[in-house]
Amino acid sequence: MGIIPPIIDRPIPPGETQDKILNAVTDEITNKGFVIASADKLFNWARSGSLWPMTFGLACCAVEMMHSAASRYDMDRYGMLFRPSPRQSDVMIVAGTLTNKMAPALRRVYDQMPEPRWVLSMGSCANGGGYYHYSYAVVRGCDRIVPVDVYVPGCPPTAEALIYGLLQLQKKIKRTETIARR
Amino acid sequence: MKTADITNSEMNISNAEEFFEASATQILANLAERVPSINRQLVYRCELNKLISVLKLMKANESLDFSQLSDLTAVDYPSRIQRFELVYQLLSVTHNRRIRIICAIDEGQIVPSATGVYKSAEWPEREVWDMYGLFFSDHPDLRRLLTDYGFEGHPLRKDFPLTGYVEVRYDDMDRRVAYQPVQLTQEYRDFDFLSPWEGDQELVHSSLNAEAENEENAKKNGGS
Repeated sequence: MGIIPPIIDRPIPPGETQDKILNAVTDEITNKGFVIASADKLFNWARSGSLWPMTFGLACCAVEMMHSAASRYDMDRYGMLFRPSPRQSDVMIVAGTLTNKMAPALRRVYDQMPEPRWVLSMGSCANGGGYYHYSYAVVRGCDRIVPVDVYVPGCPPTAEALIYGLLQLQKKIKRTETIARR
Repeated sequence: MKTADITNSEMNISNAEEFFEASATQILANLAERVPSINRQLVYRCELNKLISVLKLMKANESLDFSQLSDLTAVDYPSRIQRFELVYQLLSVTHNRRIRIICAIDEGQIVPSATGVYKSAEWPEREVWDMYGLFFSDHPDLRRLLTDYGFEGHPLRKDFPLTGYVEVRYDDMDRRVAYQPVQLTQEYRDFDFLSPWEGDQELVHSSLNAEAENEENAKKNGGS
């Protein structure tokens, strides 16, 4: 049980009210040793508001990914900027067919991303092999290689569908109630 | 006047084409024979040991001048005694003509590389080695081209199973991508049935009639 600070938009002047709040905080610290506040909410707000996806276009889905980033749908509005480096990105959009030969490279790039990180699987091929499900050269779903947060169906999914998937991912991040590493 | 001109020029073109074809057949007389084809395509068959001399001749001869190898591939015919066919597609830029040279070979026979004649044969030959397992001698760098590193088998051979032999997954313990034998979670699906909309019309009609009769019977029974 924590204290719920009153919603204020200006500092409380010294006096009885301020003393009451400060005493309550001091009591919390002396009793339990910690104070609970809404830092996780703040973190989640910041994280979901600047999801930087990494460009991992593997096939035709990449073209739809480009459309979602271009002026008509404009992912920049949601603070999503495509980064060419895994070390600067928060979410990886696996857009297209993942082949066996590409799988180790995909995993390596995923491992290079800093925590917290998310993966969005885009299109039938990345979701479960799709058209190439029975092929000798294709991974039957990129979730065999990396943990996936959001699956966007379609062949290829439209730019709107991808945006919707990313908004779902934002919701998922906002739902997270921990700031600990996963 | 114009019509006459057109017919004249058409005749000239067709004469030129015929002349070109005749000279090609003549030049290749002892090396390759022409195969019947549609749309006046030039298709020739030759023996494996004459292949390189044919290609050299096609490139060097000025009246043919096939300066470009646009593609090189193979075909697998499992039922034939000589199982594979190599197909060379040449283009003559000066004459605006294409030619196809086909060469039957058996599994295990070694093909002389065409890289000495056409430099562009390098990657197509690697692809043919990868996909069909046909070995090219004197190739500068005969590695697999498309398939995974350490891949076994040659996928475009007809006896290669569609799903291959191995699949990949990430191994959490070893922290690397691991190979394992193929396990299909969903069986092959067989779509070899008659479509009720476009297939057997009699079946469709009889089933529709049966439905109508059933409905009528139901009405009668319900009424009585």
